[in-house]
Amino acid sequence: MSDMRTPLRRVRGMGSAHGGTDHFWQQRLTAISNFILLTIFVFVIISLIGEGYEGMRATFGNPIVGVAAALVIVSACVHMRLGMQTIIEDYVHGPMKWPLSIGNIFFACLIAGLGLYAIVKMSFGV
Amino acid sequence: MSDVKSNRPLSPHLTIYRFRPTMAMSIMHRITGGALYFGTLLVVWWLVAAASGPEAFETAAWFFDSIIGKLILFGYSWALLHHALGGLRHFVWDTGHGLSKETSTKLAQATLAGSLGLTVVMWLGIVLFA
Repeated sequence: MSDMRTPLRRVRGMGSAHGGTDHFWQQRLTAISNFILLTIFVFVIISLIGEGYEGMRATFGNPIVGVAAALVIVSACVHMRLGMQTIIEDYVHGPMKWPLSIGNIFFACLIAGLGLYAIVKMSFGV
Repeated sequence: MSDVKSNRPLSPHLTIYRFRPTMAMSIMHRITGGALYFGTLLVVWWLVAAASGPEAFETAAWFFDSIIGKLILFGYSWALLHHALGGLRHFVWDTGHGLSKETSTKLAQATLAGSLGLTVVMWLGIVLFA
């Protein structure tokens, strides 16, 4: 069946990735949030050196730390999914492109799921 | 359309260009990004272990306190700082600044020097004060 849309309609708002500038924008947006949140997260990690299990649980029981940690997990996982997608699209042109692209999304979601589960569990102290 | 094979000549690629700092920092940005990607497995291991209980946490803490663990953390912290500075460089470029030959080379060198310097300062701080 022939495509009745005009060439202009097909390309309007689309880049070569068929998603317009959304990828670029999301990557920059999460870069900013990563920069802010990871700065906090790194200082939290450094503050936990030598504090042991009890110190770790006490720190992650703090609501501000819990929320910041949950946000950084989401922000970082979105950012790394986009970044790895770019790497796959640049280097993989054969039949492995789609399995790797799907695997990349699953990996990012798995990391986000595990991280959020752990943070929520520590926040509620169970 | 990426599967379409063509006999048309490709534009000159990596091998014909003289090595420049900007090239090195371009691929380093990608490599550090890839390292940070897979390193998140260690981050969630640490978080899940702490959420699971004292025994699991001790196992993770033992690993990160070992020589190999510390080397990985040192490398991981450098990768994070390098990727962060590389990202800042991209933000400068996004505004249309810093794209000239001289400035972009200086920015590339500053990215490497800055990331190495910050990593050493951070770990000195950890060793001295933590």
